[in-house]
Amino acid sequence: MAINTDYVGRTFAPSEPYEVSRVKIAEFADAIGEPSPLCRDRAAAQAAGYPDVIAPPTFAIVVGAANSGRVTRDPGLGVNYAMVVHGEQSFSHARPMHAGDVLVSQSTIESIRPVGSMTTLTTVTQIRTVDGEHVCTARSTLVERGA
Amino acid sequence: MASPSYDQTEAGTELPPRQYQVTRRDLVRYAGASGDFNVIHWNERIAKSVGLPDVIAHGMLTMALAGRFLSEWAGDPGAVTEFGVRFSAPVVVPDDDKGATVEVTGTVTERLDGQRVAVDVTARSDGTKVLTRARAVVRLA
Repeated sequence: MAINTDYVGRTFAPSEPYEVSRVKIAEFADAIGEPSPLCRDRAAAQAAGYPDVIAPPTFAIVVGAANSGRVTRDPGLGVNYAMVVHGEQSFSHARPMHAGDVLVSQSTIESIRPVGSMTTLTTVTQIRTVDGEHVCTARSTLVERGA
Repeated sequence: MASPSYDQTEAGTELPPRQYQVTRRDLVRYAGASGDFNVIHWNERIAKSVGLPDVIAHGMLTMALAGRFLSEWAGDPGAVTEFGVRFSAPVVVPDDDKGATVEVTGTVTERLDGQRVAVDVTARSDGTKVLTRARAVVRLA
């Protein structure tokens, strides 16, 4: 079954607020081997001008995951998750995420395009603080391989 | 490693290349930290059943290693303001103690305003490019 192109342009409801914690930042930094003290030591982060420890740039995928997962699992969209691979990903940060941020993600389907036997699905997720400050824009392209 | 200064960085400046090992243990750890428990990243039987050569790394882990490469160069993970990649091939991770090797290289392509530079990044594993069109904007001191 093809992905439902009626969903192009659709904006999904915003996520529940995600609170960024020092422990989660340190766990993520450890998992990717990021050695920076700015991800672990609050004093070092503050000396570098940040309010608290900061997250590595790709941490935004963790914050946006709950929301983007809701998009790809929407039954009306018709994505066969078993056949999906990650095609492209980008992040544009207004500033790094830091411990104490409370963030809301909201995703819009930008395009659905057939490419040979495959279909690409591009989603743009805006990540803002609960006060409305824009922190990051994430663009993700998934590729559904043909059955 | 001393952080590079904007004034001494120009188009053509090469970043110090790095090699990162990725083992099955790293995939399990990344799955837990990221919440991405897709079975193709830890179950060889299912990975092979859907046509993959073996368990493959999360694309986002490969991208994170390239982000770490940039952050280690700049001396600040918060300096990587823009970062985009295309996942051109999977990183295949065998079930041994060595795992896969991801080699990351990068070249400054342009000096931008605001003490920022554009960097083109390439990541290879087992001789194959695993990230293409990988481009970042990094703020330098």
